Amino acid sequence: MSWRPVEVIAGLTARELLRRRLVHALLLLTALVLALTGWGFSRIPHLRLGGELLTPQLARLAAAQLLLLVMFMFSFVVGLTAAFLAAPAVAGELESGVALAVLARPISRAEFLLGRWLGLALPLLAYVALSASVEFWLVAVGTGYAPPDPVGAEAALAGQGLVLLTLTLALSTRLSAMTSGVVAVVVFGAMWVAGVAGAFGSAFHNTAISAVGTVTHLLVPSDGLWRVAVYEIQPKLFASASLSRVGSPFSATSGATPAYLAFAAAWVILVLAAAVLSLDRREV
Amino acid sequence: MTSAGAGEPPGGRAVLTRGLTKRYGSRLALDGLDLEVGHGEVFGFLGPNGAGKTTFVKLLLGLARPSSGTGQLLGRPLGDRAARTKVGYLPELFRYQGWLRAREVLTFHCRLAGLPDEGFPDEVKRSLELVGLAGRGEDLVATFSKGMQQRLGLAVALLGSPRLVVLDEPTSALDPVGRHDVRELIRRLRQEGVTVFLNSHLLSEVELVCDRVAIVDRGRVLAQGALADLLSGEGPRVRCRDLPGDGLPGLGELRRDGEWVSVPGLDSSRTPELVAAIVGAGGRVYQVDEGRASLEERFLQLLERA
Repeated sequence: MSWRPVEVIAGLTARELLRRRLVHALLLLTALVLALTGWGFSRIPHLRLGGELLTPQLARLAAAQLLLLVMFMFSFVVGLTAAFLAAPAVAGELESGVALAVLARPISRAEFLLGRWLGLALPLLAYVALSASVEFWLVAVGTGYAPPDPVGAEAALAGQGLVLLTLTLALSTRLSAMTSGVVAVVVFGAMWVAGVAGAFGSAFHNTAISAVGTVTHLLVPSDGLWRVAVYEIQPKLFASASLSRVGSPFSATSGATPAYLAFAAAWVILVLAAAVLSLDRREV
Repeated sequence: MTSAGAGEPPGGRAVLTRGLTKRYGSRLALDGLDLEVGHGEVFGFLGPNGAGKTTFVKLLLGLARPSSGTGQLLGRPLGDRAARTKVGYLPELFRYQGWLRAREVLTFHCRLAGLPDEGFPDEVKRSLELVGLAGRGEDLVATFSKGMQQRLGLAVALLGSPRLVVLDEPTSALDPVGRHDVRELIRRLRQEGVTVFLNSHLLSEVELVCDRVAIVDRGRVLAQGALADLLSGEGPRVRCRDLPGDGLPGLGELRRDGEWVSVPGLDSSRTPELVAAIVGAGGRVYQVDEGRASLEERFLQLLERA
């Protein structure tokens, strides 16, 4: 394995995102969302309840709830963007024939795939870091609320994006671009719903339903990482409050354990390795 | 005609395969192919559509794996990374990133080929000029016609002065001028000692530029050898009248077939001598047949026999 071909493919992949104006479109729309939500958050301290201004504590609580909703939207955007970017990254090249001239060069399939992965993963991570940081800052300025661990939340959100990105890339070594994208999005949605079901199971002490959530979080750790992000965004008192125990997708009772984070990282590496193996055996 | 596997190409082998076989499920795409291409040769790989030509090229370059058999490319195993640094390839399905400029596509391939960074601009300029795209380097590939994209593919294949250039149907999208340019380019590569593996079903194209050819059909080599050997027929014959005797001095015994006369075993290069001898002996010449089959005739003969 040599680094130069990986770097060349990663550079080309990132440049394609720019040249196709995907980055421009995403940044423009995100800026719009940030502006609107920033304005909305700044209005919270001016809201009145029964003729009285909200107390600073209540305003921060409301801000935390709304922030979770906004971050859920970002989680959705990151997950879908990862799937849409990765679906054609390998399958599209193979289907169009562009890969023929590329793979005939002195480059291994592993280098090609890793280059594709890095070229998509790094911009995705940058997007998560930028958009989430600005959102957290706007909330802090507007309402005074700051998530307990903003960096941890961003890392978990980024991890969720990487899970979806890696899964879709692996699928696209065997399936068509369209099928890979659709399958990844369905898996993303199914994992989220199964995670909600699992949380309900835990809330009502139903072992069988609770196991669904556990299995889901191990099968594809996208929802598991979303829950980690939620835990790091919500006020600490939410974790122990009874309302968080009814299985809401916008609350979490526990944060990241080192074991689960290690598992999620290993999951990404293993799926990426499987993708390399799959592409290596594929004939172009 | 030289049969498959026989005959030693001069100067070692750029391509060598032994029993190369490729199956796709129950379909046999290549059936134990034995092939040799010498260094510096322009080698034509001929066959009808679906004969297995592109499959063979993909096996050479490691884009597909053989079901059985072995092979070498520039003295290294098939698909070897080091060998691929010295190979230029124009695929039959030539597609390049439409959102890049022609110059950027070439620079990208310079990087992939591991060429030294400082040489990129000159290398890109040289290859664009070689294929008649000088001045079009800043154009987006998506705006190129199909013919121009094929020229760009040729430029990609010629980057970094490769030792072996594999061209899969290189003129399929080109106009007559473009085809002429490609022939000139191939001749130029031969002069520079570059081996050219030309995959084509355009017989006239192959006949004009190739030193040696192999004819394949249904995954099998029907014949391979020097073009001159492959096209040599039964020698020259002359339609004449008033020719006395059964032989010609210095040439040999005559064979007669109505008004047609020939000398068994006489090479077609000696046709002028035959005509001169007939005229010298008092014969009146009406028609001369050099006795050399066209590649198309030979190709069709071989396919019919197969």
